Amino acid sequence: MRAILRMLFFLAVCAFTGCSGNQSALDPAATQSRQISGLWWIFFAITSAIFLLVLLAVLFFSFKKPAADPAPILVPNPRGERRRGILIGSLITLTILILFGLLISDFVVGRDLGQLDPNPIQVRLTGHQWWWEVQYRDPDLTKIVKTANVIHVPVGKTVQFELRSVDVIHSFWAPNFHGKKDLVPGHPTTNWFRAEKTGEYRGQCAEFCGLQHAHMRFVVIAEPPEKFEAWLGSQRQSGASPTSDLEKRGQELFVSTTCVMCHTVEGTAARATIGPNLTHVGSRPLIAAATLPNDAAHLQHWILNAQQIKPGAQMPQQTFSSDDVRALTAYLQALK
Amino acid sequence: MAAYPKNSQSLGPIVAMIAACLICSACKREQRSFTVAPPAAVPIQTITVSDLHPGSVLPAAPVPNDYEENAFALSEGKRLFTQMNCVGCHAHGGGGMGPPLMDEKWVYGSHPEQIFLTIVQGRPNGMPSFAAKIPNQQVWKLVAYVRSLSGLASSGASPGREDHMKGKPPESSVSKATPVNSGIPASAEKPY
Repeated sequence: MRAILRMLFFLAVCAFTGCSGNQSALDPAATQSRQISGLWWIFFAITSAIFLLVLLAVLFFSFKKPAADPAPILVPNPRGERRRGILIGSLITLTILILFGLLISDFVVGRDLGQLDPNPIQVRLTGHQWWWEVQYRDPDLTKIVKTANVIHVPVGKTVQFELRSVDVIHSFWAPNFHGKKDLVPGHPTTNWFRAEKTGEYRGQCAEFCGLQHAHMRFVVIAEPPEKFEAWLGSQRQSGASPTSDLEKRGQELFVSTTCVMCHTVEGTAARATIGPNLTHVGSRPLIAAATLPNDAAHLQHWILNAQQIKPGAQMPQQTFSSDDVRALTAYLQALK
Repeated sequence: MAAYPKNSQSLGPIVAMIAACLICSACKREQRSFTVAPPAAVPIQTITVSDLHPGSVLPAAPVPNDYEENAFALSEGKRLFTQMNCVGCHAHGGGGMGPPLMDEKWVYGSHPEQIFLTIVQGRPNGMPSFAAKIPNQQVWKLVAYVRSLSGLASSGASPGREDHMKGKPPESSVSKATPVNSGIPASAEKPY
């Protein structure tokens, strides 16, 4: 008995660890997710209470001893039937009231979620197998910011996402901010949220999209508006010019070998748009769709043999010498 | 019942087993080897790209390209054909600024190793050199796809449909062309 209790306690503790964290719908960081999690707790409390009451009633009547001399069933008992009728009728009414209560709270949250701030920040998010292209829109075309797998959002301002896909169906899911929304090829969809809490959060593709679906992740960084504006300003700059000889050699290699066929570094000859934009890759916390830390060792491994890390990804195997790959890595890390 | 042999009941499982074996043989068509080594290094000295040469040529054994039998590699080749901008000049096989690739005419040879060299070295009148720009294994995938455009790759493994709007039958239903050597097409000659 004690062992069972101990196990139940342990399981309950395990369940509650899901309530917080940087990838949890129960630790809201945006207006929208706060409303959704509020609704979730209402449903959880009411349905748990009803479940417990029903369970107790079942247990009570299962173990209750029958009356010593039960009255014959066929003898009419108008008072008892009336009492039972009232009890059952009021329970049915209560059920209907509770269901309507849940329905109405659901409608209220749904209506609030459907209201869009008239002047949101526009971000175009394009799903690729298997990474996220992030584009901060601007009427002035020279101010468009392109990055990958990291989404910076200002606290207190609504960000509207235009969701697109170039290959298969993906799904954008940052649980701390909002529910899921699919990215459908040829059919742009939209979703929006307003961050309320600063922090670094994780998100994930939530629709099976191929071999590396589980490794199609992203980071959402919610920060104060002035910090966000500073970040946006720095991202509008061209890629940093190489300073050391090693970095210069890295840039030469970048624009004259395979890299140039798929990637962009603003301010150089590399202008291809098949792979992630690398203009400021050194400033990103993670690489390979937010699955590897952005340090020299992982960058080198990724450049040489991405197929070993993420089989099937479009980044091909390379045959650089160790000196060349060191130069390339130094250049990429300097692209802050 | 009398017409059947006595052990007719045991035929069912045997037939099912044979059918299963036949189905398994198709697995190779889709085998995805991501760290595959491309065909052996090309012996450049022995590959001829035109009929114009002094003396005669050593009859070289053709370099086989395994990717021509593999559906995954062929579809990767098809993706690269667009992404590496082959379509910019050759369109989707019909040709434009560059010669068409879906007909039977070849200016610099139709064998896999000849197409490999054409892509890597580039050719006069506009074909750029992609040396050091496309990794070898991806060039071999492109070679397989380019040959599938005129039905020279395995029709069972060639792409069977387009992901986008289509203007021609899929590569898998192209009948096998007999390659012929042709000179530079008139469209590529200087206009004066």
